[in-house]
Amino acid sequence: MAQYSDSRLDASFAALSDATRRGVLEQLGRSDASITDLADKFHMTLTGMKKHVAVLEEAGLVSTEKVGRVRTCKLGARDLEDAAAWIKRHRDLWNARFNELDQVVEELKRNERAERPNRRK
Amino acid sequence: MKNPTTVERKSDRELVVTRTFDAPARIIFQAWSKPELFRRWWIPKSMGMTLVSYEADIRTGGSYRLEISHQGSKPMAFFGKYLEVTPHSRMVWTNEESTDSPVTTVTLEEKGGKTLLVLSELHPSKAALDAAGTGALDAMPETFGQLDELVAELLAGAARSTMRAPAMRP
Repeated sequence: MAQYSDSRLDASFAALSDATRRGVLEQLGRSDASITDLADKFHMTLTGMKKHVAVLEEAGLVSTEKVGRVRTCKLGARDLEDAAAWIKRHRDLWNARFNELDQVVEELKRNERAERPNRRK
Repeated sequence: MKNPTTVERKSDRELVVTRTFDAPARIIFQAWSKPELFRRWWIPKSMGMTLVSYEADIRTGGSYRLEISHQGSKPMAFFGKYLEVTPHSRMVWTNEESTDSPVTTVTLEEKGGKTLLVLSELHPSKAALDAAGTGALDAMPETFGQLDELVAELLAGAARSTMRAPAMRP
């Protein structure tokens, strides 16, 4: 899970390390925009802008939706706190924790059996 | 085959975790209440965190304190008191590292040599549960906080003048 968060953090920082992408975020903070709009505004090719948007999307900073032939970009829900992600985060932690507890428990069981051979089941 | 862990929001304020262990309750309680054993599982290795210190006086009225560090960062402390400890069956403790932290209750129910563990976190409000982190994982809000600030600056359109390049390269 930490790995997940670390890679996400890395992706976010990497996404923000580029001036154009920071500009795109500013722009989307003012209003949603299509990739074509953004390409025009930043004097870029459509392909170049698609790449930048893909990086921002990967980092969860932007989300896109294609309607007809137009892909609209808006600021993403970066905090990932929809219900499913929230539950998953908690389950991942407890699951990892209890799987390690299993190992301690198995060891204690073995020790107990070794100490009390007569009570072996 | 590992037993599954289930997590659900039982109400606006309550998170419930359940897990079955293939062992009697006394064994689970032992693994939980002996600090040298507890240290071995509370911080899963997969989280990339270290339990720097752990002290606990596991009895009703006793207290505990643990310090967790993430990749050499300054340790974060988690602490509180045991409101109730009934060996082999029930532990209730407070989490006092912040004012809106939950009360945690763990019950152990043994049946046919297996034990059903139910852990419940009762938060003071819905907002507190919504915001609840996963304990040690919160060792990272500092970093996320920095990023949030950065994003907020960007969105305010004030970014270019105040952007600090080094912040981009953690």
